[in-house]
Amino acid sequence: MSDPSPTRPTLGITALGMYVPERVVPNSDFEARMDTNADWIESRTGIRERRFATPEQYTSDVGVLAVRDLLRRDPQALQGVDAVICATVSPDALMPSTAALIAMQVGLTGAAAFDLSTACSGFVYALSVAQGLIFAGSARRVLVVGAEVLSKIVDQDDRNTAILFGDGAGAAVVGPVPAGYGFQDFIMGADGNGGSSLYLRCVAPTLPGGFNMGDSVGMNGREVFKFAVRALGDSGTQVLAKSGLTTADVDWVIPHQANVRIIEAAMDRFGLPMSKTIVNLDRYGNTSSATVPLVLREGVDAGQITDGQQLLLIAFGGGLSWVAGTMKWWGGAPSLKADNKAEVTA
Amino acid sequence: MATFDDVKDVIVDKLGVDADKVSPEARFVEDLGADSLETVELIMGLEDKFGITISDEDAETIRTVQAAVDYIESKQ
Repeated sequence: MSDPSPTRPTLGITALGMYVPERVVPNSDFEARMDTNADWIESRTGIRERRFATPEQYTSDVGVLAVRDLLRRDPQALQGVDAVICATVSPDALMPSTAALIAMQVGLTGAAAFDLSTACSGFVYALSVAQGLIFAGSARRVLVVGAEVLSKIVDQDDRNTAILFGDGAGAAVVGPVPAGYGFQDFIMGADGNGGSSLYLRCVAPTLPGGFNMGDSVGMNGREVFKFAVRALGDSGTQVLAKSGLTTADVDWVIPHQANVRIIEAAMDRFGLPMSKTIVNLDRYGNTSSATVPLVLREGVDAGQITDGQQLLLIAFGGGLSWVAGTMKWWGGAPSLKADNKAEVTA
Repeated sequence: MATFDDVKDVIVDKLGVDADKVSPEARFVEDLGADSLETVELIMGLEDKFGITISDEDAETIRTVQAAVDYIESKQ
């Protein structure tokens, strides 16, 4: 751990919840609409199905449901929370922030609230920002939500992107955990030179230099694949070194879920077998900022992630952006134990 | 010949094919069964192995084992 001040508390995740919409969209649904087939999608991406929100459901709605899941598991979980960060690329609006809209619906009106825009890196970025807010004395506990309704911002007729993305949300509370647990180190970065590899237009029609963005999510899959494999491998290796760890110390690699072949290539770079990572993109596709909390929640519920284990979180996204974090999982709070009721999609 | 053997190692690793299938004339897609992402992984593997950068435009022209060997030797 890098130079922790003696007055700083040890921080980590103290509560965790998730939500995915009920509507399951299998690969075969795309066959009628575009020139593709279910097996091709699965072999290129690992995705078999994803969830789509209802026409009336937006990002704040799925975010609120993830927080309600967290509260169902641990009714006291939001006590002391005085800041809310929502990581999203599909906000309800540019203002008000989606974080403010979520906060008002979960009893946190008055808490600081803002959105964080680093695409698929967003949730892990936000964990680091939450830690910084608490270390700075600006917050005591922070609610971090990764929520997306990507089905509404992706061109459903573009076979390069439509098949990849799904909707969902995860919510975590960042706060004090017992010594020896919690966050160790984070590494974050971004490179705007790669902005044209993965983008969604807002105000400006072009990027600096004149790249024309079009009207929905655009992606150069080849460039993103190359970037992703290297970013995951490099940032993961760097953050382990920062924490004085090696890949041999890692119980679970928790990667952003974009494409199983990116995960396979990254694990290969770590020299770790696929049995050291958890994949759920086969059922949810790429839910951007929601992927990491969905994996954590399901990993805990399945009894895979348990108290005291060493986790390596790694993510990459538009920006281009990347982030890696090390943490010792604390399983001591009510919502951090396996949930045998398994009512996770309610 | 050293370049060819190194290229062959990368191809065997990234495409999961038998070494004896990797002849100079073999085409990555048609003969060695590479799909679109495997060709990206192959290019990345060659970049890492030989410490070079291969642009997308150049990658499009590298369709056979011999073409990869020639390209790498031209960069060294």
